[in-house]
Amino acid sequence: MALRKGRHTILFETPPSLRAFAAIGSDMEAQGPLGQCFDLIERDAYFGQDSWERAESQMQERVVRRVLEKAQLPPSQVQGAFAGDLLNQCVGSTYGLRGLGVPYVGLFGACSTMAEALVAAAVFLEAGAMERAVACTSSHFCTAERQFRYPLEYGGQRPPTAQWTATAAGAALLDRGERPPFIRGAVVGAIRDLGITDAANMGAAMAPAAADTLARFFADTGLRPQQFDLVVTGDLGLVGSRLLRQLLEEEGFPLDRCHADCGLMLYDRQKQDVHAGGSGCGCSAAVLCGHLLPLLRQGTLQNLLFVATGALMSPTVVQQGESIPGIAHLVWLSHKKSGEVASCRC
Amino acid sequence: MKMTPEEYGELARQASPPSPTGKNLAMAFLVGGGICMLGEGLRLCYRALGATEQNAPTLVSVTLVALAVALTGLGVYDKLAKVAGAGTLVPITGFANAVASPSIEFKSEGLVLGLAAKMFLIAGPVLVYGTAASVAYGVLVWLWGLF
Repeated sequence: MALRKGRHTILFETPPSLRAFAAIGSDMEAQGPLGQCFDLIERDAYFGQDSWERAESQMQERVVRRVLEKAQLPPSQVQGAFAGDLLNQCVGSTYGLRGLGVPYVGLFGACSTMAEALVAAAVFLEAGAMERAVACTSSHFCTAERQFRYPLEYGGQRPPTAQWTATAAGAALLDRGERPPFIRGAVVGAIRDLGITDAANMGAAMAPAAADTLARFFADTGLRPQQFDLVVTGDLGLVGSRLLRQLLEEEGFPLDRCHADCGLMLYDRQKQDVHAGGSGCGCSAAVLCGHLLPLLRQGTLQNLLFVATGALMSPTVVQQGESIPGIAHLVWLSHKKSGEVASCRC
Repeated sequence: MKMTPEEYGELARQASPPSPTGKNLAMAFLVGGGICMLGEGLRLCYRALGATEQNAPTLVSVTLVALAVALTGLGVYDKLAKVAGAGTLVPITGFANAVASPSIEFKSEGLVLGLAAKMFLIAGPVLVYGTAASVAYGVLVWLWGLF
């Protein structure tokens, strides 16, 4: 059963296992430092389709089918798919998963969707409502650009604070088995808005939410950042990461060298033109499923906090002068199903 | 978190790297100036080929627009603009790119509701306020002539 500790932290008595996981990316992602970690790389940004939206759906379908293949399960054995993406009405997920016949829970958490999906799936599993569930999310540079910014061929300059939406997807299959890693705890984030209105500075908009979620987790559990091998934020990028460290230091939880950010891991900022780093639901999902979960399975990482962050805005409300609300959901991932958290390796 | 939006705004400003203004200005000057030089070169060519003083600038505009649309279609213009900034935005080529790029982008939604409907998504304000400004200017000139 899921238990609540403190004000907002959920701890799982029988932590769900992440039985299989997979990541898919495209050309830019393959050229990045984690290029070797992807299960599937598709150099064609259209993924063999005739529109960018169909390309994103194709990406989700391929990554979920890959996960099921790795878990050696047919779709009929999965009771739930928790998925979402950045597109209006989450069409990346709905069209991507419509052929699978798996009960579907559509989620919108912007770039925090992977953590949101993992938390929701874990709670359903712990409650006994499902035996197996898939958590999945994606983003595509070209669909995000046309929905949130400008047409691809438009000649504009991006400011140094802007982030690059990853063309990537990640999926994980949860069950009640014994294969590491396990989801031991979670925090559902609260919406935080400290008045940032610049849609080209998402990292700054999301950092307060990440700091708030992490501070609540540490306060609720009595654990410290240094007890984790890594505290990995979703995609705060360069600016948001700086701000998160400052905010958490003020809260009395300095991250020191324990912190890493998926937006800064996926691309090489020196060689690739991504400005403040990567972003998009697929960024943190692919880094988690392609890089971090395999390290947790091997035991190279023992305990990790995955905090995916999202900017809950739409171009319409930003044009109306509204500020950008941020959210961050936390998932505590562990190599072991139970036991004390004592490691201090960072 | 007890920080006010004003305090956080200041913190965010300090954490955000500034735009490289010096480099941007220099590149805008060089590329924008280059496009203007190209225009002048074309004008001289058209004059040499026999175009009248009145027709030559029109031919220059048409050529530059055609060139910018072709470069947009070939995926080159946005790469040039990334470096040149206002240098490729301000000349007539920037306007051509602003019309051509959404036309290409939204073709997937059909020739009517996609391409045609979204064609002026970016350039629309320029047309609206450009036309309005020219009307206002015309009225002022007319009023000036009355006295």
